[in-house]
Amino acid sequence: MCHQTVSLVARELEAHGIATVVLGSALDTVEYCGVPRFVFTDVPLGNPCGQPYDRAMQRANLGLALELLATATYPRTTLWSPYAFPGGDRWRANYARVDDSNRESLKAAGEARRARQHSGSK
Amino acid sequence: MTNLNASDRGLPVGYMERTRLFYEAQGYDRAYRWARFDEVPFSRLSKPLAEVRLMLVTTASPLRADAGANAIVDAEADAASADLNDTLLEKKSLQFRDSSRVPEGLYTDDLSWDKEATHTRDLDSYFPLRALQERVREGQLGGLTASYACVPTEYSQRQTIDADAPATRDRALAEGADVALLVPL
Repeated sequence: MCHQTVSLVARELEAHGIATVVLGSALDTVEYCGVPRFVFTDVPLGNPCGQPYDRAMQRANLGLALELLATATYPRTTLWSPYAFPGGDRWRANYARVDDSNRESLKAAGEARRARQHSGSK
Repeated sequence: MTNLNASDRGLPVGYMERTRLFYEAQGYDRAYRWARFDEVPFSRLSKPLAEVRLMLVTTASPLRADAGANAIVDAEADAASADLNDTLLEKKSLQFRDSSRVPEGLYTDDLSWDKEATHTRDLDSYFPLRALQERVREGQLGGLTASYACVPTEYSQRQTIDADAPATRDRALAEGADVALLVPL
């Protein structure tokens, strides 16, 4: 949802003459909405600038974003960062997964939330 | 820093579909309608980066000024508390903060990022204010607006489109922004 929010803000700024670039990790959400410029960092959600404490990766990704501000010539320009998250790809399948290990607990959590909302509490 | 060829890594995660299935499993059968537009505005940059003023926009929230240096640690330890937002966070609304000062931290636990695969203890991994200040000192970037913006992540697109985005625009224009860098969690 964060990616959608900033995409909407980017569109508003851009429409009023402020050139924008989004630096983020949810490719589908940003491109579905449609923004002028987007640098896609293909890492788990939470570290759009790069791996924690990896200053070289963070600096390089910021550099890509600034470069794209200066060089893009048309909207919906997406640049893929070449820098990868270390430690393999398991995070891709794990995020918000639904399988037999959590299906019942998710169903129960949804029911509990609706009950709270129905009763007017938090 | 690892640089991989495209063939060495998996496909990007489809977060929209993943989210739909996750909420469907919780019994929500009406799929969320994500924002989509046919037209995309575009303003070509008309001067060098070394001459532009940039506004930084994040979806993380400022911590209360009086929360203290240990606020983030406390927040993580107490993330399950329903009262957390009342004790540590500024009211969840659009906020502007002094960009000459790098905050000790920002609050991110209420946002939907990958809490199994990573963490947000390193501010620079999601909020590049320090790195932008360096670029300004090095002369690669003209400057920063007086403020950075903390935009609340809203389920309601209408709230963002009608209120938060125009207010961010007004502030950016008032502070002389030429460009903006938007960094969502």
